[in-house]
Amino acid sequence: MTLTEPSSPVPTSTQRKLSTAKAMVEGIAQEMERDPGVFVLGEDVGSYGGIFSSTTGLLEKFGPQRVLDTPISETAFIGTAIGAAVEGMRPIVELMFVDFFGVCMDQIYNHMAKIHFESGGNLTVPMVLTTAVGGGYSDGAQHSQCLWGTFAHLPGMKVVVPSTPADAKGLMISAIRDDNPVVYLFHKGIMGLPWMAKNRRSIGPVPEDEYEVPIGKASIVRPGRDVTIVTLSLSVHHALDVADELAGDNVECEVIDLRSLVPMDTDTILESVGRTGRLLVVDEDYLSFGLSGEVIARVVERDPTLLRAPARRVCVPDVPIPYARSLEYAVLPTADRIRRAVLEVVTA
Amino acid sequence: MEPKIALDLYRTMVLIRTFEEAILREYHADKKPVFDIGAGQIPGEMHLSAGQEPVAAGVCAHLTTDDAVTATHRPHHFAIAHGVDLRKMAAEIFGRVDGLGHGRGGHMHLFDPDTHFSCSGIIAEGYPPALGQALAFQRQGNARIAVAVTGEGAANQGAFHESLNLASLWKLPVVFVVEDNDWGISVPRSASTCVTSNAVRAAGYDMPGERVEDNSVEAVHAAAERAVARARAGEGPSLIEVHTLRLWGHFEGDAQGYRPDLEGVPGRDPLPTYEAELRRAGVLGDAGAREAADAAAQRVEDAIAFAKQSAEPAPETARDYVFA
Ligand SMILES: Cc1ncc(C[n+]2csc(CCOP(=O)(O)OP(=O)(O)O)c2C)c(N)n1
Repeated sequence: MTLTEPSSPVPTSTQRKLSTAKAMVEGIAQEMERDPGVFVLGEDVGSYGGIFSSTTGLLEKFGPQRVLDTPISETAFIGTAIGAAVEGMRPIVELMFVDFFGVCMDQIYNHMAKIHFESGGNLTVPMVLTTAVGGGYSDGAQHSQCLWGTFAHLPGMKVVVPSTPADAKGLMISAIRDDNPVVYLFHKGIMGLPWMAKNRRSIGPVPEDEYEVPIGKASIVRPGRDVTIVTLSLSVHHALDVADELAGDNVECEVIDLRSLVPMDTDTILESVGRTGRLLVVDEDYLSFGLSGEVIARVVERDPTLLRAPARRVCVPDVPIPYARSLEYAVLPTADRIRRAVLEVVTA
Repeated sequence: MEPKIALDLYRTMVLIRTFEEAILREYHADKKPVFDIGAGQIPGEMHLSAGQEPVAAGVCAHLTTDDAVTATHRPHHFAIAHGVDLRKMAAEIFGRVDGLGHGRGGHMHLFDPDTHFSCSGIIAEGYPPALGQALAFQRQGNARIAVAVTGEGAANQGAFHESLNLASLWKLPVVFVVEDNDWGISVPRSASTCVTSNAVRAAGYDMPGERVEDNSVEAVHAAAERAVARARAGEGPSLIEVHTLRLWGHFEGDAQGYRPDLEGVPGRDPLPTYEAELRRAGVLGDAGAREAADAAAQRVEDAIAFAKQSAEPAPETARDYVFA
């Protein structure tokens, strides 16, 4: 068996554990302390601390000049962040749920993402757009989508999606320091919220110092010889659970956490598939025209002979996320669906 | 006000409150001991409208089920006041096959073709479709109207302003209703809105705007009467804002740590207030109050029982209804 070292994003010596939400906030707070141009705005980011605890404590620490509750006017306040970024500030603006992008997408994809290009590189838009994604708790079709593929499809914005507390902090710091607009999508199911079923990996070791997790570098979170599972966000945890379980049956899954869609770490994927010869993509976004097709296309484009069996994908099958639990879990990429797909790939 | 109308308004408010108290019980019952939003018979977010019954009762008293209503993420009071079938509505909230959307929509996405009722989880996005329904009614040459509801927080959204302008431009038969409960989740109106009353914004779109200050169902009824008459007469849209009250959290599980006014809130509950008013006026006695309570309890119990006996949708059907 060829074994690659799991690429560890951060020193693992630390024992201190934080929830993903707290790690994300810590990253923001440290950057706010370091750089007076960093500020936070959005709905309920102040005294509420973010509906998903993504800004908890910041108002107390930095005051209302740097943590701004906004009206429910996404076009106006995301546009405000863009304008401030153009003038050299480094805003972090929260769109409460990614599903709401419809009311403000013009500011995002025609302005935030295109100003640098249209200005021939003369202007930069160094801002972070944070937003919550994902389902699994019956919040219905307008509050449960991932949609990261949509942002990744449209040029001009980096797109990062952490799955662990340590990455949440490091990617946040990198995103704030990046001179490009970065869309930072956090899954509600990994935040470690007190009011959601706990994912045991939503609390983990986080270094106290400031550190960056480079944008565009995937992480091999579990090495294995039989099949490469490329995934991200909450699905990483499901994939790891399946991998643990199947290891007992002598199926060794290599799990790659993408961490970033734009730029995407194609090399890590190719090297892994080169070793395993088998590929499964797990994505909580819709199946068609998205991330899963993109990953497979990149492999096939480079070298179709890498694959010893047809690639597979486990995604949301092009249906809005249903409300009823029985239906929602039928379309989400559950551990069950992942396990079945792994077995299909390895026996093919 | 005629006693019969007053009693009808009261009964509607009682029915709404009884329904929501039942949903509240069912929602929390199975989320103990630690609140888990995904657990239980009714998972997901739950926005209840206790305190805002006067708005729905007062407005919908002037509508028939031929008129359209587009409501918000906090839709139950308007759905009930507009006559949406209580059983199907409860079943949808429980995510069951006999629900309005066969379990696909859920509590924020209730769609009822029988009463032309709909709602949206996206803020202010119920306003634009109401224009289209009104346009259809206008073209069809009848006196049907559309009522579009938002919260005061939503009145800062682009869709709100675009809709007011277009409705006024085309003289569409719409009544815009703003429920000002002072809060958009944790953000007070004073921190979100540059005017103290959204009624004044109507002037910017050349339509009448009226603010009802005291959450009185009779005052809402009177204001809505004028707006509905204007719309039915083909004179165009109007806006009514009601200064109402959110008795409970933004959603269930909301500890409301941001809310300094909480202590006085229960005392401003419009339901006992209206009941006392009707008793003072001799319109309602013990028997009448009991009758209203019993009738509501019976309907709600029946609706909840219906919801619970309805099956959960089969997983194999998860991909149904994407296309017609
Ligand atoms: C476009 C959009 N932005 C934000 C939200 C999140 N959100 C849901 S309810 C709410 C507050 C709404 O306040 P208001 O309009 O006053 O209605 P209320 O909840 O007080 O009834 C917010 C911000 C949303 N659903 N849609």
